[in-house]
Amino acid sequence: MINFSESTWLVGQAQPHGEASSDPAHAVVEHAAEAHASGGLPQLDVSTWPGQLFWLAVTFTLLYLMMWKVVLPRIRNAIEERRDRIADDLDAAADLKQKADDSSAEYERLLSDARAKAHALALGNRAEVDKAMAAEAAQADLEIAKRQDAAETRIADMRTKALANVETIAVDATRAIIVQLTGTELDDKSIQSAVSDGR
Amino acid sequence: MALLETDPMHQFVVQPVLELPTLFGIDLTITNSALFMILTTLVTSFGLILLTGRGAMVPTRSQSIAEILYGFVADMVRSIMGEEGRAVFPYVFTLFIFILVANLLGMLPGSYTVTSQLVVTLALGLTSIALVVITGFIKNGFGFLKLFAPAGLPPVMYILIVPIEFISFLSRPFSLAIRLFANMMAGHTLLKLFGGFVLSLSSLGAIGIAGAVLPMAVATAVTALELVIAFLQAYVFAVLTCIYLNDALHPSH
Repeated sequence: MINFSESTWLVGQAQPHGEASSDPAHAVVEHAAEAHASGGLPQLDVSTWPGQLFWLAVTFTLLYLMMWKVVLPRIRNAIEERRDRIADDLDAAADLKQKADDSSAEYERLLSDARAKAHALALGNRAEVDKAMAAEAAQADLEIAKRQDAAETRIADMRTKALANVETIAVDATRAIIVQLTGTELDDKSIQSAVSDGR
Repeated sequence: MALLETDPMHQFVVQPVLELPTLFGIDLTITNSALFMILTTLVTSFGLILLTGRGAMVPTRSQSIAEILYGFVADMVRSIMGEEGRAVFPYVFTLFIFILVANLLGMLPGSYTVTSQLVVTLALGLTSIALVVITGFIKNGFGFLKLFAPAGLPPVMYILIVPIEFISFLSRPFSLAIRLFANMMAGHTLLKLFGGFVLSLSSLGAIGIAGAVLPMAVATAVTALELVIAFLQAYVFAVLTCIYLNDALHPSH
């Protein structure tokens, strides 16, 4: 019999209050006083214990089953899934980084190869160009020398021709001068020898 | 009635809420105490299920709360018992969350504090110790009894040590129970007491209302303190259970 209403404690605690008698639970005063005498605290009223124990057993067991079978696995799954996912993602990221590193190394290698090739090519080209230039220069030199020779020959020709002309002119001039001065016509031979001597 | 309401002990009285028949000698009537046990279980179960949601990869704010609670208890169990604690983790978590939610529900005005009932805390303490004894015998057989006889003492000392260890072991469920019960009862009595001061003083008129400011401030401060204690006592109960369970796993100290 648990009919431990609020009047119980009141009666046990504060008997002098007159208004308690108007309470419908007045009938349980004797029981309440007894319960109070056994403890002093409402918690020590042993008559409420079996019911509380029963409901505690029911609710705590239910709660345990709910936590064990439903709630904790849910939370654990969420946490583990996330942990796995993060680990996977980290692995994938490491893979990708490795790949990127490989690509970068490959790129570096290709670049240095290309550079070396370009260098070699440049060296080869220069030698060829130099050879070609030297050949052309030699050709040009040859041509120049040929033309110079030709020019020199022509100059020598012209010079002898000019010199010959000078003698004729000198002879003509001498004759004309003698004619003017003396009125005598000398033959070409003597004039020529004179001009030649005078020279 | 005003006097009734200011009686600080009145809040602990167990009263029927829904009368049910007596079965096998047990009165199944749902009392205010039973009602709040049921509420504790319902609030905790559905609260945690709602909080976890659909278990998103990126946790929502509410999911984080559930995961922090889980991680908090899991770390506690692991740090005390190591990987062996896995088996008792659901029990320790249930114990922790039940006490925590019961304590916090008890903080709501007009509610009932299940953990202020000695029979409840005693039952929880005895359950924990029963689990300790069962675990001890399952894991170590009669080697569990080495718990009462620490190794490396001169033989004469055992005459003294064994009874002391035995009594200290027997006192464990009671220390668990009375610590929680006394903390919750003292806190709520204090709250009611200062709340009662405020009520009685403020019914005396203007001077009374002015005088009620101080007890009101104290009641507010005690409320904050009680919220801390609500968490702390749940934690202490769970930690001690873990320590006792670890003793059962490794009885030879």
